[in-house]
Amino acid sequence: MLQGSELLKISGVKKYYPITEGLFRREIGTVKAVDGVDLEVGRGQTLGLVGESGCGKSTLGRVILGLEPPTEGRVLFDGQDIASLHGEKLHHVRRRMQIIFQDPYSSLNPRQTVGRIIGEGLLIHNIGTPVEQKEAVRRIMEVVGLRPEHINRYPHEFSGGQRQRIGIARALALHPELVICDEPLSALDVSIQAQVINLLKDLQQEFKLTYLFISHDLSVVRHISDRVAVMYRGQIVELAEAVELFHNPGHPYTRALLEAIPLLDPNRSKEHWKAAMETAGPSLPEFCIFRPRCPQSEPECEKISPELQEISPGHWVKCLAYDRVSARL
Amino acid sequence: MNSALLEVKDLKTYFLTEAGIARAVDSVSFKMSERQVLGIVGESGCGKSVCALSILRLVPPPGVAAGGEIWFRGENLLLIPEHEMQSIRGNEISMIFQEPMTSLNPVFRVEDQIAEVLLRHKGISKKEARLQVTDLLRRVGIQSPEIRMRDYPHQMSGGMRQRVVIAMAVACNPRLIIADEPTTALDVTIQAQILMLLDDLRQTHGMAILLITHDLGVIAEMAEQVLVMYTGRVVEHAGVKELFENPLHPYTQGLMRSAPGRVIGEERIRLEPIPGVVPSLLSLPPGCRFNTRCPWSFDRCFREEPELIEPAGAHPVRCWLY
Repeated sequence: MLQGSELLKISGVKKYYPITEGLFRREIGTVKAVDGVDLEVGRGQTLGLVGESGCGKSTLGRVILGLEPPTEGRVLFDGQDIASLHGEKLHHVRRRMQIIFQDPYSSLNPRQTVGRIIGEGLLIHNIGTPVEQKEAVRRIMEVVGLRPEHINRYPHEFSGGQRQRIGIARALALHPELVICDEPLSALDVSIQAQVINLLKDLQQEFKLTYLFISHDLSVVRHISDRVAVMYRGQIVELAEAVELFHNPGHPYTRALLEAIPLLDPNRSKEHWKAAMETAGPSLPEFCIFRPRCPQSEPECEKISPELQEISPGHWVKCLAYDRVSARL
Repeated sequence: MNSALLEVKDLKTYFLTEAGIARAVDSVSFKMSERQVLGIVGESGCGKSVCALSILRLVPPPGVAAGGEIWFRGENLLLIPEHEMQSIRGNEISMIFQEPMTSLNPVFRVEDQIAEVLLRHKGISKKEARLQVTDLLRRVGIQSPEIRMRDYPHQMSGGMRQRVVIAMAVACNPRLIIADEPTTALDVTIQAQILMLLDDLRQTHGMAILLITHDLGVIAEMAEQVLVMYTGRVVEHAGVKELFENPLHPYTQGLMRSAPGRVIGEERIRLEPIPGVVPSLLSLPPGCRFNTRCPWSFDRCFREEPELIEPAGAHPVRCWLY
């Protein structure tokens, strides 16, 4: 992996939540939402982060933004440890990282005008005079394809796709370097999804943005990512260049995710549905966490914990039997 | 009547709002035979869900049935009294909704919710109902159903809840299941499981499925016949293979081009979205309703709305190009 040029580098990040019980909130266990994740994202790059609901991908996004402190590990943004920053310095870094949320309905305050919503960051960070702020809001509205004359309208006056554009405008108003996109398309119609994907790609070019693109849908991620990390129960199980991942998946879980995507092909056999295995139980198995769902687990999988290993340059897989997986494709 | 299980003729469902009349379903006609899977595809606001609700007469006010006929087993559902309709709902025609959390009652155990359907329609004892619930949960793939049936909905995962909803829908062996976006709220892997389950149930019980979705991928995998809807109108009607091999309407073509990542081997290609947005039903453009977004529109498209016609050697389509 590249050294030095990455904007975001996270190493050994863990985020555990206690499970408590009873009046005194006795701790009876922990939920390992994020369990030892190392990732790097280079400037101007897009890293796709994929996994099912509950795999910890959104929690990881929140930890990166400093909204949740990690239980262990470090998040380095442009070389600075987020957790060690306070006050003015944290305020400064926050300006450089923004988030676009999944649901354009619940993430916009219905009582505020679009101008206020988009300009809130400028207000908080005290950038420019009120007149300049309004001008900046109009400019960014135009950039994301909203009509600047709608600056005084309220969120309910916009369609789902337009609301997502408002969310994007709000994220971009402060000219951030890193934008975390947390399922930004899942609430949108297909034709609108395509519009928003293209918009995000154009904005990346124009403003040299770095994206962490979180999604449960590999078919969306492939259109925007340079590299893709696949997350399962708090751990990264595969990491590769997008093209490599889609053509040569090394982990049985990645393969299951790929198989499950419905294609626009009525002649496809229904066999591929079977690749989608039963959901795992609540307890985290020892050794390979994927073993209970794995269609091809082997005796050694119950004895040895797999580590992320580089199976070809830049392609990392956490599976003891990765070579057999590829062979069966 | 003929051998069709369901025949919808010229169905009109309008919403009488203060701002005007929204024609959510505007002269929709189709037929379904036994065991058939008919897919209705379109974006939000195209009228596909209202169409489904109209069949069960569950359209909420200010929606009204403004015309048409819905023939099911020799009866026009729009004309029968409400108490007869109640004996059809959940019994002969049942429905699966998109969001399993909102279609289950959070304060009742799963067991009681499924049993309610059976007690209502089958007139069996509670003990017998309980046995059937266990059996139903097993059939929809829930492990150790004797234990899980005691759960409340919040104790289950999204996929499990949708299985429970499906168990309720198939409890009385309906002839027709209307599934409105049954997998939209689910992960892709869970979606595959649910589609597989629906397909299995259809094979074993021989029910027909009216599948409503915005996802052409789901249509390609499940449906035999497909209706493409736009602003309350059917714009294309074809067999599934025919539709994907030879999509005629510019809207259908646009939906296919803008679907992300559905063709293997095309990373980071630029998607071709349909420009613009679906127009409001209260301010439809004159002429063809797709003319604001169509790459091929010409002067006639702005003057007259096309009829659903069947060009020689092709399937029905509503477009002046044919």
